[in-house]
Amino acid sequence: MSTVTRDFDWKPLALVPALALLVLPFIGSPSTWLTLTVAGLAMGMIIFIIASGLTLVFGLMDVLNFGHGVFIALGAFVATSVLGAMGDYTQSADLWRNLMAVLPAMLVAMAVAGAVGLAFERFIVRPVYGQHLKQILITMGGMIIGEELIKVIWGPAQIPLPLPEAMRGSLLVGDAAIEKYRLIAVAVGLVVFGVLAWTLSRTKVGLLIRAGVQDREMVESLGYRIRRLFVGVFVVGSALAGLGGVMWGLYQQNVIPQMGAQVNVLIFIVIIIGGLGSTGGALIGALLVGLMANYTGFLVPKVALFSNIALMVAILLWRPQGVYPVANR
Amino acid sequence: MLNRLLSNDYPRSKVLAVILVAILIGLAFAPFLFPGVKALSVAAKVLIFVVLVASFDLLLGYTGIVSFAHTMFFGIGAYGIAVATTRLGPTWTALGVGIGGALLLSLLLSLAVGLFSLRVRAIFFAMITLAVAAAFQTLASQLSDITGGEDGLTFKVPEFLSPSFEPFEEPFLGVTIDGRLICYYLLFVTAVALVLALLRIVNSPFGRVLQAIRENEFRAEAIGYRVVVYRTTSSVLSALFATLAGCMLALWLRYNGPDTSLSFEIMMDCLLIVVIGGMGTIYGSAIGAVLFLVAQSYLQDLLRLGSEAATGLPWLSALLSPDRWLLWLGVLFVLSVYYFPTGVVGRLRAAAARKAA
Repeated sequence: MSTVTRDFDWKPLALVPALALLVLPFIGSPSTWLTLTVAGLAMGMIIFIIASGLTLVFGLMDVLNFGHGVFIALGAFVATSVLGAMGDYTQSADLWRNLMAVLPAMLVAMAVAGAVGLAFERFIVRPVYGQHLKQILITMGGMIIGEELIKVIWGPAQIPLPLPEAMRGSLLVGDAAIEKYRLIAVAVGLVVFGVLAWTLSRTKVGLLIRAGVQDREMVESLGYRIRRLFVGVFVVGSALAGLGGVMWGLYQQNVIPQMGAQVNVLIFIVIIIGGLGSTGGALIGALLVGLMANYTGFLVPKVALFSNIALMVAILLWRPQGVYPVANR
Repeated sequence: MLNRLLSNDYPRSKVLAVILVAILIGLAFAPFLFPGVKALSVAAKVLIFVVLVASFDLLLGYTGIVSFAHTMFFGIGAYGIAVATTRLGPTWTALGVGIGGALLLSLLLSLAVGLFSLRVRAIFFAMITLAVAAAFQTLASQLSDITGGEDGLTFKVPEFLSPSFEPFEEPFLGVTIDGRLICYYLLFVTAVALVLALLRIVNSPFGRVLQAIRENEFRAEAIGYRVVVYRTTSSVLSALFATLAGCMLALWLRYNGPDTSLSFEIMMDCLLIVVIGGMGTIYGSAIGAVLFLVAQSYLQDLLRLGSEAATGLPWLSALLSPDRWLLWLGVLFVLSVYYFPTGVVGRLRAAAARKAA
């Protein structure tokens, strides 16, 4: 399966509605199904925001970062501090004032996560380029250190992260209750995907990144410094993980230091499903995982995580390199 | 005789040999050398961890693949004993059923995970094992009817191994012989046998192929070895040994819960011990386990002292709090992967080789 085919490969894309329609008879009530589907799409969009950076980092530099989860937790905890300091804005019933609080929280979280990502790349990842075994060990160690430092700064306990006033509650569509925040999450996710897709397909930097993912040496031999590009991608990926962390925290309405490790598991499943290095694949993987988690959480809560593993197994049996294989390795 | 026992894999360093003999003697006579309940539990924990870490090293050090599901198999072993004795009563049959069932489950699970992820891409293995282990941990704490949930299971072991069993009136060399002591020696014999078996495995032709795959997968494949088959076999073997280590743990503690055998912290401990001791050396796991487990209690006390001394500086005090033990473990881990990649055994062997040259 070549990646240069002109025809758009629509089959993976069709999986998302297929999964949604397939479970409809099991759930029975269409209104419950609609609620779950929107929740799943919202969760999927948040997971996609986090996973997009990781998959590019792997595709571009063959670096498997097990410490990605730490940026998620970091972003979420920074958001608790920022939102906590902006009490009058979050408690106001005016949506615009709420956004005035959430937007800075997201920006600060992204900035902090990006800055820490820069340091992480320099001190943790750079010394072990090209050595997979050590990368896995070192980034895992970095993850532990980061998680413990978060506990030192914010304390080990769970911290509530309440939604701003105007984002709470739900809209009624027929009988189905759809939480407002989930719609906001889907909107933010679409914006991020749009910006990413535009950057990757319409700008020179994006062109270089895509070319680098496909064949690093060729791009280097043309005189471009892939390393510098890679640091940039790593920082942006970390910042996106921070943004995803804020959104995940608001979605769960509380944050714990271990959240990074928990989400990490889902992220790995997503990038394996999507094909390492593929942004489009990550989107499909994230939506599938989000939907699956919500459906099974409703139908058979005890095996929710196993259902995602089963989903991954099924996809890999169909396409062993993930739905959109990119990197030539 | 010794040659056969050690599978022709000598320590190859005098210092290393002395340390190993000291550890062996120390563990063999631990109840007599270090009196007290706590010392004996530390010794038993060392025995269990030597087996657990040596089996992990078969995978990480010899085959060169990272698994984050090793504690899952450890937990399966512990739960096997716990569930079987709770259901069937404290009999030897129950123990047998528990061990057999746990081994079977581990075999099937590791075969499934290994065949599936290693066939696709070796790098998937680390990610998939992480996911499977997380799912299993959640499952174990949710199936409370079987596993006792978060509270875990407390159970009785056969009379012969329980502390109330005292066959002799007189103490022997100042130590009362009781079921606890017998249990310790059961663990000791098991641990020695399992470690020797692992030595046998890594020094067999099969073990050499594993090392070849670790060094260069492509060449190994080109020579004609089915890399997938070897890697999967290695992961299955390693899982079975970890299961047995889990059985030892349950037998000793007479309790099992998710935090005792499945927690991610134990996984970190294993990684750190392998790295400290020296990846790709079975002996390293013995040295690493002793160093680590002794340091664990010691360093935590040290941290407590440091934290109390630094009460004037709240942030430093928070950093040094004994609860942040994992932070320092992580730092230690990263530093040892950078600067100490061959571990204690690797260093000692290199020093001995330099001397000989």
